[in-house]
Amino acid sequence: MRGTVARLVLALVAAGCGRGDRAAVHTGSPARFGFGRAATTADVSAWDIDVTPDGTGLPPGKGTVPQGAAIYARKCAACHGPTGTEGPSDRLVGREPREGFPFGRDPRFVRTVGNYWPYATTLYDYVNRAMPFDKPGSLTPDEVYGLVAFLLWRNEIVADTTVINAHTLPQVVMPAHDRFVPDNRRGGPEIH
Amino acid sequence: MADASISRRTLLASAASAVGAHALSRVGRAQVPAQATHPVVPPDPTKVPGSPPSQLGQRSVFEQPRRIPIGNGHSSVAPIQDLYGIVTPADLHFERHHAGVPVIDPQRYKLLIHGMVERPQVFDLDALKRFPAVSRMHFLECSGNGTPSYRGIRPNLSPQLIDGLTSTSEWSGVPLAVLFREVGVKPGATWFLAEGDDAAVMTRSIPIDKAWDDALIAYGQNGEALRPEQGYPARLFLPGWEGNANVKWIRRIEIADRPFMTREETSKYSDPLADGTARLFSFVMDAKSIITFPAYPVTLPDRGWWEISGIAWSGRGRITRVEVSTDGGKRWEAAELQQPVLPKCHTRFRYLWNWPGGATTLLSRAVDETGYVQPTLEHLQTARGLGTAYHFNHIRAWRVQSDGAVTFGLEG
Ligand code: HEC
Repeated sequence: MRGTVARLVLALVAAGCGRGDRAAVHTGSPARFGFGRAATTADVSAWDIDVTPDGTGLPPGKGTVPQGAAIYARKCAACHGPTGTEGPSDRLVGREPREGFPFGRDPRFVRTVGNYWPYATTLYDYVNRAMPFDKPGSLTPDEVYGLVAFLLWRNEIVADTTVINAHTLPQVVMPAHDRFVPDNRRGGPEIH
Repeated sequence: MADASISRRTLLASAASAVGAHALSRVGRAQVPAQATHPVVPPDPTKVPGSPPSQLGQRSVFEQPRRIPIGNGHSSVAPIQDLYGIVTPADLHFERHHAGVPVIDPQRYKLLIHGMVERPQVFDLDALKRFPAVSRMHFLECSGNGTPSYRGIRPNLSPQLIDGLTSTSEWSGVPLAVLFREVGVKPGATWFLAEGDDAAVMTRSIPIDKAWDDALIAYGQNGEALRPEQGYPARLFLPGWEGNANVKWIRRIEIADRPFMTREETSKYSDPLADGTARLFSFVMDAKSIITFPAYPVTLPDRGWWEISGIAWSGRGRITRVEVSTDGGKRWEAAELQQPVLPKCHTRFRYLWNWPGGATTLLSRAVDETGYVQPTLEHLQTARGLGTAYHFNHIRAWRVQSDGAVTFGLEG
């Protein structure tokens, strides 16, 4: 019996009930105020555009490297350069250095999709939400898939025959995938 | 005493205009205030009636503090050397946005909270404002602040150009915990995505514990509605955490059991380290301080008594101590901390210095309630590497030349 109560309390704490007391503001706040309205499916689908590393959120559609190359030349090259290396905006292509991950030590290396990004799905998410910079949100899913295929190919991560879709994209392993570590700073006297 | 304060004010005024001129040469764009129409200054203000009341007050035309746009048009830095105390006037609060400042109609504004919740909900601005509110003083700092002081150091850097990506305001809004209780967060939820309504559709993943702790959906700044540049009509506010995670113009929160790995938390705002790794989700801004007077481009006109003054802050809580060295770090003495000393907030420090003349170096070092001591540049570069990208909270140095000219950096 005691055990059951303890488990229940734990479950409530995990659910956030009983927490956030600091934020309760007033003692005697109700469990709910009932302000706002229930979200409809339309509210959620209009805005829920995020794509996560397991592929959740990727829409139907597909794109190939040649298709992406053509779109890139029309809609991206002006800012990122004809081959993705020239700028003036962020450099998107580059695998240098082939060995190691010296970005912390050496400020000369430019971080790119090819040498620094840990997840391929992020490319879909970001290009879809924010690019092209002067016309964000204007690309169709097929266009975004094509651009992702093209940029992954330019970075020597996939072959030129690759088709990128909701099934293949989450399987792409990025070169820098294993380089990322959690924050180990904790306050106190140690400097990390 | 009166003389000293007048000369100091004149000094600050000339410093401000020097910074303005400097900015002009740096970015080549018009930073100069629109030609202010100077009122007729009577020889004796006690002999003529003054102006009537007005609907909207304005700064004295003799005061022209200005932000300076930096980088490629996505940030501006606050004139921290021109400010007194700890509050940043809202129109001088630093800016950092990724695709410009959107115009959002408050009548059409809504915040959607969905994902791992019992009741997905939409809140308009009136609904948000109807919840019990809180107001708290906190700093907000871009994690790229201080970049010019880490590598490629130049002597002609002002406090504004070094550390102007920090500001303190009183933020008012509804605790995120109140909203999360309202929607009923499901067991197992550990992160949430915050998404902005700007052209970058800015997104960051935030550990859900921050919501239960002290996160806000803020709609007020220094007593008025948020400024558009700070997220009007509503933003996420995460006390002590890097600016970018405090998503402005917030439109959507999705609750989940893992982070989303957006571009802004992987490609950007991650910290490449000397050991060949990169740190993810380095949210907290560690303790830091900077002397804002005397600092470049000020020249001290004479030796004698000067009040060294600056700001210190920590994303982990209160500043407990600020030490000042007037001899390049050989001796350190405690500065006075101006009350109020608030957690995760700028703290003003002051140290009375009798300059004997001669060249020397001024340093300040902050300590926070966790016992963290602001590290030296060398210490931080050893720990993180010269190429690291954010969180430059090392000790700042000002060189005072024997002629009184002050420049940035240990040397020169
Ligand atoms: C008008 C100029 C412009 C155009 C056109 C443009 N971009 Fe961008 N792009 C930018 C800018 C500026 C940034 C950096 C934005 C920021 O940091 O917030 C950027 C960033 C990016 C990034 C992130 C880079 C990184 O390492 O984090 C990717 C990927 C990208 N763009 C892809 C594209 C693609 C694909 C297209 C074509 C559909 C495109 N861009 C068109 C200006 C442009």
